[in-house]
Amino acid sequence: MHEMGIAQQLVEIAIDAIPRDIENPKVEKLNLKIGRLASVVEHSLTFCFEIITKDTPLENARLDIDVVPVMVHCKSCDNEWEVTGPVFKCPFCEDGDVEMLTGREIEITSLELAD
Amino acid sequence: MEINIQKKVLEANDTEADINRTFFNDQNVFVLNMMSSPGSGKTQILCRTLAKLMPDVRVGVIVGDICTTNDADRLKVTGAKVTQINTDKFGGDCHLAANLIIASAKQLGCEDLDFLIVENIGNLVCPAEFDIGEDAKVVVLSVTEGEDKPLKYPLMFRVADVAILNKIDLLPYLDYDAKLAVDNMKQVHPHLPVFEMSGKTEEGLEAWLDWLKIKVFEKTGK
Repeated sequence: MHEMGIAQQLVEIAIDAIPRDIENPKVEKLNLKIGRLASVVEHSLTFCFEIITKDTPLENARLDIDVVPVMVHCKSCDNEWEVTGPVFKCPFCEDGDVEMLTGREIEITSLELAD
Repeated sequence: MEINIQKKVLEANDTEADINRTFFNDQNVFVLNMMSSPGSGKTQILCRTLAKLMPDVRVGVIVGDICTTNDADRLKVTGAKVTQINTDKFGGDCHLAANLIIASAKQLGCEDLDFLIVENIGNLVCPAEFDIGEDAKVVVLSVTEGEDKPLKYPLMFRVADVAILNKIDLLPYLDYDAKLAVDNMKQVHPHLPVFEMSGKTEEGLEAWLDWLKIKVFEKTGK
């Protein structure tokens, strides 16, 4: 629902990262890490990104999204596992206090400029 | 040419949230972020909660809505300090971001408060994503919503520190399995404290008030 805000942040961060001495930079690809539990809908983000990058160095840039699995750790029995559905209950001790290790990321890892 | 960045996209919000957290700590005020879907009864719970806590606990409320001051108007009747944020001015946002909170908090005068409640915009998705510098998050689910809502919106129930199952006065009239709803919350968040209550009849309200009083005391020493 807030993909437009995220797209705007992507553009701001990416433009800041482009070295000032490059003339007419053209970004070909933005590499992202997005956790499976982050509230980001990929096609909405792509749609918003396309709209707001018009007439910027990111126009026509591709979003390459690395989806990060939801990994959790049970503080009681010290097991780690991947959560693939909405159930976070520890399958080992069934009573543990569970903490999330990954799965909420919304990060830009790098951008690729055209030569 | 590849340029390494490694930056969180919500870093700007996280930075603002940290500024808020420092401000709230300096002011010695306990801050609760209250979230739910629209119509779960947040405002009604708050009206009852404020009436019971005040004047022993000095409470302020920041109410978030896309439009109208209806909730703020209802809460002002309790005598609490209340201010409204309407996000239509900011593009009709679906959540309250950290940068919207501090000005409202200052407007309320946090130095005269022990407890600040942020009633977030009704939405089980986006508010879960945005840290506003709060001490605790509460999610409210009502028995007129599906028992499986925690499974459908897992992030919200994962990030919550406490949950309320509201409108239990309606249970005799509904085919609703309250135990299943609570079990589903615990599937997503084992050990999540859940208070079953009715904001209308005040059934179950005391346990919730006790939890709040402990949290306020832990933060403020009062």
